[in-house]
Amino acid sequence: MDNTILSMKGITKKFPGVKALEDVTLNVRRGEIHAICGENGAGKSTLMKVLSGIHPFGTYEGQIFFEDRLCEFKGIRESERAGIAIIHQELALIPELSIVENLFQGNEVATHGVINWYEATAKATELLARVGLSENPDTKIKNIGIGKQQLVEVAKALAKEVKLLILDEPTAALNDADSMHLLNLLDGLRHKGITLIMISHKLNEIEQISDSITILRDGRTIETLDVKAQGINEDRIIKGMVGRDLDHRYPPHEPTVGEMLLEIKDWSVVHPDDDSRYVVHDASLNIRRGEIVGLAGLMGAGRTELARSIFGQSYGRKTSGELFKDGQALHLKRVSQAIDAGLAYVTEDRKSLGLNLHDTIKVSITSAAVKDIRHNGMVDENLETVAANKYRKDLNIKASSVEQGVATLSGGNQQKVVLGKWMFTGPDLLILDEPTRGIDVGSKYEIYEIINRLADSGRGVLMISSELPELLGLCDRIYTLSEGVITAEVSREQADQETLMRYMTQGKNQRKAAQQ
Amino acid sequence: MSQETSAPDAPTSFVAQVRQAMGGNVRQYGMIMALLLLVALFQVLTDGLFLEPRNVTSLLVQNGYVLILAIGMVMVIIAGHIDLSVGSVAAFVGATVAISMQRFDIPWPLAIVLGLVVGIIVGAWQGFWVAYVGIPAFIVTLAGMLLFRGLDLMMLNAASVGVPEGFQVIANGFIPDIGPNTGYHNPTLLLSILLVVLLAVLELRKRAALRKHQMDVPPMSISILKVALIGAAVLTFGLLLASYKGIPVVGLILALLIAVYTFVTRKTVFGRHLYSVGGNSLAAGLSGVNTKRIDFMVMVNMGLLSGVAGMVFTAYLNAANPKDGVGFELDAIAAVFIGGAAVAGGIGTVAGSIVGGLVMGVLNLGLANLSVDSNFIQVIKGLVLLLAVAFDVLSKVQGRPSFIGMIMSGMNRTSSPTPTEVTPPDPQASPSGKPDSKITADSH
Repeated sequence: MDNTILSMKGITKKFPGVKALEDVTLNVRRGEIHAICGENGAGKSTLMKVLSGIHPFGTYEGQIFFEDRLCEFKGIRESERAGIAIIHQELALIPELSIVENLFQGNEVATHGVINWYEATAKATELLARVGLSENPDTKIKNIGIGKQQLVEVAKALAKEVKLLILDEPTAALNDADSMHLLNLLDGLRHKGITLIMISHKLNEIEQISDSITILRDGRTIETLDVKAQGINEDRIIKGMVGRDLDHRYPPHEPTVGEMLLEIKDWSVVHPDDDSRYVVHDASLNIRRGEIVGLAGLMGAGRTELARSIFGQSYGRKTSGELFKDGQALHLKRVSQAIDAGLAYVTEDRKSLGLNLHDTIKVSITSAAVKDIRHNGMVDENLETVAANKYRKDLNIKASSVEQGVATLSGGNQQKVVLGKWMFTGPDLLILDEPTRGIDVGSKYEIYEIINRLADSGRGVLMISSELPELLGLCDRIYTLSEGVITAEVSREQADQETLMRYMTQGKNQRKAAQQ
Repeated sequence: MSQETSAPDAPTSFVAQVRQAMGGNVRQYGMIMALLLLVALFQVLTDGLFLEPRNVTSLLVQNGYVLILAIGMVMVIIAGHIDLSVGSVAAFVGATVAISMQRFDIPWPLAIVLGLVVGIIVGAWQGFWVAYVGIPAFIVTLAGMLLFRGLDLMMLNAASVGVPEGFQVIANGFIPDIGPNTGYHNPTLLLSILLVVLLAVLELRKRAALRKHQMDVPPMSISILKVALIGAAVLTFGLLLASYKGIPVVGLILALLIAVYTFVTRKTVFGRHLYSVGGNSLAAGLSGVNTKRIDFMVMVNMGLLSGVAGMVFTAYLNAANPKDGVGFELDAIAAVFIGGAAVAGGIGTVAGSIVGGLVMGVLNLGLANLSVDSNFIQVIKGLVLLLAVAFDVLSKVQGRPSFIGMIMSGMNRTSSPTPTEVTPPDPQASPSGKPDSKITADSH
């Protein structure tokens, strides 16, 4: 086994009252991309934290051999010295500092504590070139997009002369183009002899780029697959992750499309800080009862902005447009009016926009319709508990009781709480913004079933998602949005990934052609 | 890692059930225990002087204004703001009211109304800047601190302005005694008994409501114990007051405010919205909460209560003085944080803040009874504030059953569970009702 760079043997890690990892084995060959797959809570991140010394030696059982040496890392500094770097899901960059300052954070180019900025900048330019970035190193991090920030993180790891690079969900926040760029870069790093471990929920990317896959489930190693030799595909990976066959990734659904529910006509929105910048321009779309309509677009295309603007003008300033529900014109100026009119907007990013993490499940579920649990003008907690228990049961929220804090729930269950919160407002139309982001395959399936049930009950659903297969699997019709303009309306039959992607990038190309 | 097994449905041990019946809030529970321990300590150290009826009465009279401010301050802090101007505003309102009575011969009941109106206007002024212009409350109220102190000094012109006797009653007066001479103050005894009866009725109604909705009803023994414990405390306190001059007027004002604001924060839509704005204002806004209005109302309310506190303090000193109200804001803020509020907002209770204020008040009075140097009292108060909040921070680290464990985990923070792969709460700690209940201010 000369070729093995990393070998973790019999790793067991306990948190008070729970075993996060049990007798986990991981072998990684030099110069490969090794993916780690598993549902949320399977122990992937914990395993990587053991490896990188964030969970220090002594807090776990088992042995780690890196380059044939037994490692007992007491902290991240020691693992970095050995050549292991980790890039976390939440990027560890400081927005107000420049690229060069971030690149050498904790690893400054300095003699006796005095930084040599000339040398640092020169080194930074070289590192940025290696990751394919042509930004000025003095640019502040907050002024570059999330895709480029991810590349800066990679460059930061390269600055530490990394031998083994761990990436935790590197493409979770990226659009397809940025993801593609990053994956190409990772491919290039592999050819330069850097070994990569990648945790990802995006199975298509894993299938495409990785050499081996180790699957974890409930804190145990299930299997290690050789992608090329065994001809592994997504369904095979899912089978390993969930321990059962998923005949269909998406639940079967026969739509019963009814009356016209919501019509949006010539909707335009300008940026809140810049009146001359149109974020959404003359968008027209409609949703019928019983229908699931998709809204596809790259990041920054204006999907969320359009949804929020419809939802009581909670983003930017609307300059034109009309809204009709059941044929009646609506004039919504505040979120509360939109809720009263039967609209619901299930936010993306449930932790920062959807939930108050101090709350219990029951308080979260009623938080958008506190008025409905009043009795004699007082908030009646018994009514609240009854309502919350209903959604806990209907949506299969896994919790000890509705008194449990939402902060302690897994991502999938938090998402169900957010859905329950909006269902409790009694909406006719639900706008779902990235409803399955960052949640595991099993929970995704449950969320899809809930969405289908909502449509079957005669409501309309407008679904925003960055995952095209998800839109294709679920929606009856899909609108594509590019640079704030609706570029196409594609029926379920006509839709495929290539068609959608072409329309999602159309505006840009056309405008470029016009300029030249 | 199933969540299902993470915490039991109901606490199992008797102690845990009692705790849950008491509100399940470990922090408040701890502070009440600390308060009782402090009282017992001073009782011993002063050879029984501390719980003399006269001393207990002065505890209320001397701290009334801080407790009133703490009620407003906890709501400001729950909303995620702070108010540094309350001392200056209190002084400004006190001076306005005193001058209106002395120079313009306005009758004192009308002057009180004037004081309330001025408080509301000041609150609206600051609320406008905070809520609708979007300037951080720290800056707005720092400006207010200077602004209203300046106006106060200009009006008083370095002199004290006395207030009439009728007005002094609101701080120094007592409810008049009626009925036969029993050696005790009759209305006070009567009110104490009525309060206990009210507690019992409320508890019974709560049980009935639970039964009506087919939810678990705690055993009767728990309810009886709860009412008996609180009832005993109320009666003891009432008896102490009754053997001196009865309930002071300021005590009555305070009781009324506590009742009203506990109701507002716990039982109204406004209260719910207040907590959601403080906990996550973006999420609240997208849930239809008018966040600006909440911010505005909270500041208006703080102005109103600053006015009340200012008038109580002016009445207490029988005059409005130039240096009135200096440092009040710090006492109120300290009371709120000792009482379990979070600096970042979203967490805190009216009752907790009152307990926090009483801890400070008991320290002040007890140490003064012991003739401790007032400078040293400040040192002790500072340390108490620091330790109370430190205790809170450490006890928030999940799954540590003992205090020693908490201290250890504070040193070893890196081993705490990761946010992305949520680790269920420690079942060992759950029976004591710890893991979730404490992070929700409104779990009752």
